[in-house]
Amino acid sequence: MSATPVPENTWQGSFWLPENVSPMTGGQDELFYFIYGLSIFFFIVVVGFMVYFGWKYRKKKEGEKTTDIHGNTKLEIIWSIIPAILFIIIFIWGFRDWVKLNVPPQDAMDVRVTGRKWDWSFTDASTGAETSDLIAPVNKAVRLTMSSADVIHGFYIPQFRINRDVLPNQYTVLWFKAEQEGSYPILCTQYCGTKHSQMVRYVRVVSQAEYEKQMNAAQGAGLTPAQLGKKLFEGKGACASCHDVSKSKTRSVGPPLFGMYGNTNHEILLPNGSKEKVTFDDNYIRKSILDPNYRIVIGYPSVMPSYQGQLNDKELNSLAEYIKSLKE
Amino acid sequence: MEKRDFVKPVLFSDMLSSHHDTGTNYLNAKKGFLSWLFTVDHKRIGVMYFISISIFFLVAGLFALLLRTELMQIRIPNATANSYMISADHYNESFTFHGAIMVFLVIIPSVPATLGNFLLPLMLGAKDVAFPKLNLISFHLYIVGALFLVYTIAFGGLDTGWTFYTPYSTQTSTSVIAAVFGAFILGFATILTGVNFIVTVHKMRAPGMTWVRMPLFVWAIYATSVIQVLATPVVGVTLILVAIERLLGIGIFDSNLGGDPILFQNFFWFYSHPAVYIMILPAFGIMSELITIHSRKSIFGYKAVAISSIGIAVIGFFVWGHHMFTSGQSPLASVFFSLLTYAVAVPTAIKVFSWVATLYKGSISFTAPMCYAFVFLFLFLIGGLTGIFLGALSTDVHLHNTYFVVAHFQYVMMGGTIIAWIGAIYHWWPKITGKKFNQTWAIISSIVVFIGFNLTFFPQFVMGTRGMPRRYYDYLPEYYTFHLLSTIGSYVLAIGLFIVLFNWLHSIFYGKNETNPNPWKGKSMEWTETAVVPIEHNFEKQPISTHGPYEFDELVKPVKAGGH
Repeated sequence: MSATPVPENTWQGSFWLPENVSPMTGGQDELFYFIYGLSIFFFIVVVGFMVYFGWKYRKKKEGEKTTDIHGNTKLEIIWSIIPAILFIIIFIWGFRDWVKLNVPPQDAMDVRVTGRKWDWSFTDASTGAETSDLIAPVNKAVRLTMSSADVIHGFYIPQFRINRDVLPNQYTVLWFKAEQEGSYPILCTQYCGTKHSQMVRYVRVVSQAEYEKQMNAAQGAGLTPAQLGKKLFEGKGACASCHDVSKSKTRSVGPPLFGMYGNTNHEILLPNGSKEKVTFDDNYIRKSILDPNYRIVIGYPSVMPSYQGQLNDKELNSLAEYIKSLKE
Repeated sequence: MEKRDFVKPVLFSDMLSSHHDTGTNYLNAKKGFLSWLFTVDHKRIGVMYFISISIFFLVAGLFALLLRTELMQIRIPNATANSYMISADHYNESFTFHGAIMVFLVIIPSVPATLGNFLLPLMLGAKDVAFPKLNLISFHLYIVGALFLVYTIAFGGLDTGWTFYTPYSTQTSTSVIAAVFGAFILGFATILTGVNFIVTVHKMRAPGMTWVRMPLFVWAIYATSVIQVLATPVVGVTLILVAIERLLGIGIFDSNLGGDPILFQNFFWFYSHPAVYIMILPAFGIMSELITIHSRKSIFGYKAVAISSIGIAVIGFFVWGHHMFTSGQSPLASVFFSLLTYAVAVPTAIKVFSWVATLYKGSISFTAPMCYAFVFLFLFLIGGLTGIFLGALSTDVHLHNTYFVVAHFQYVMMGGTIIAWIGAIYHWWPKITGKKFNQTWAIISSIVVFIGFNLTFFPQFVMGTRGMPRRYYDYLPEYYTFHLLSTIGSYVLAIGLFIVLFNWLHSIFYGKNETNPNPWKGKSMEWTETAVVPIEHNFEKQPISTHGPYEFDELVKPVKAGGH
């Protein structure tokens, strides 16, 4: 689970829809309520006739006569044409909003989004700052260029009415312009395995000044290697979603890491099925991050994705320092 | 309503026999388990499908209850792998089994394989389907394919969802190969059944049985068979490609190997969208039969209803991309798919209006099948109307992959196909088993199912519009109330369906023998030309069709010229 604190459980919004914080993006709410109104109308008409006929023409006695009606061309044409016209209106309306959704404004600022099992990370294109929550200034258009490090994920912010799949080795684009400060959940909508439902981060819409402050802090100036490692562990690398680091050594998807560094009797399973004892040192950590399924810790599934090409040397060093620091 | 007699249960071997009229019928003509397993009688094959599908429906339903029970739990902060009733991995495997079993083993074959098999030759006045042995092979393939799917439950599990999306399905460590192979074999069963039915409709009609004298159920099965034959090979090939990618590492869908995951989605939905019409079209056919016969009326607009089935089957091939509006496919492609989606909605609307208009000036009996027909109309209407939200490009973006989609799908598939199937089984029950069933309990079951169904799935619409994504094993706390309501509803629904099951079992073991070959006073050949329970070769002599299927005795020409 992400380390982000969950906001208070207070529902902002109407019965049907959450509050719309980015109404300029698609403006879907009007169309939603238009279709909703039509649906209620047709529901009442059809069920109304059904109930009325069902009652009025219920069988009163055995063998009563019924009228032989085979159809009525005029009526059939009418009830084909009316839905057809309504459908065309709905289609055009949806198309108009669709264009808006797919065309980010020219002055939008850029954020790179990476989805991985099972976390998001965000890189602000102008400052290069990496964050685990998406931090966006209020009233400013933001263009998200998204890709995945492993399988397909889905990037969905209900309050912004935006949703698009995040694909490996390809980019997809979304944009929004939040008009209200606050925290809004980012949910994964494309099934991606064990922790699909816990791939929750927040978009924090803040003032311009606060945004700049957060970006400066996130650039990581003045961090010790272990501090940077902790940041990578919880943020960009999403290691924390599978590895516990607390003293309790809780079992999660992957093995816990507390107090492991320096262990000379670390038992692993090689692909050929034989067991081996190795030392849990810097080389072991590096190899495990870059080629995790070369060998696995006994009793754990081989599901960890490789970070080859995604972490540089400085980052690998920092992670090793951080794991080293996990001790009494 | 007759009083139920508490007669002593009969021996199992005699259970499916009715000795009251001429003596032999298809149920007791031959005896022994093997005489069933290797029969080429379309009626026996239909009955075997019915029993198998009912068992799979029960299993998949129990999985659904497990899922709903898990979702009743409120979110546990800082949860570990064992905090919840079942672990996330087991939850993922459970929803995959529920979906895969319901789609591949229950809903797709439900109506065509049971009632299609049983009724098609009877309605057409034929001795059997065109290729009886092929029909038996279809059933055997179905069982083999089903065993492969069930095997994945016992060994290794399967956690891809029934959609097998790549690259997840090529990377997961669960037993994708066995499941894919099972679905591939099931595809063959479907294709062979489709070929068989198409040829039967073309070549085996009784003298006088013109195309416009065919019951609408036959039209629906015919349209379904065309889709089965044309669409199913695509999914078969696609799933084989997934297996090749997994086994040999050849890059087809995995972009790390130079493939394209969207290509898989295109292939998959090119089959799976037409497949939802494979699921729903036969249910439309059933509705046309139930509503006419229980309201003693001709269908309103026979030709419109018949042609719209074909229209849906054809246009249904060109709408698959509406499953992919948010997938990253070309936004322009999405525009065409949205427009075509609305084109397929029009014939569906025509059918619903025609059924309601058929009730006008009828003589409506509230029998169990008719109650299920009303439940269908109500639920399918909601399912259809909510589809309009999903077909529009912009509103779909907000609703895609949320519980709104789940609820929409349940309303059309469960509320549509399964409800129609249950209603149809009740309707043709006397013909299939030669037994009467308890009407009171059958009607009670329809009411309990109706209440339970709406309580289960309506809150899911609200969750979906509020942003609850599907396939989540835990969720943000604001959705708790709706999940709780939905879970309670699922228990009510389960009670309703168990009433149906016990009602059927009770009828088989304790039910009185039906003595009337035509208890609903139908006009199509399966009622007018056969014994109470049809004999092995269906008809004593070749029947000849002299009138349409809905020319009931009660009908009188309108005073003014209103019809034509």
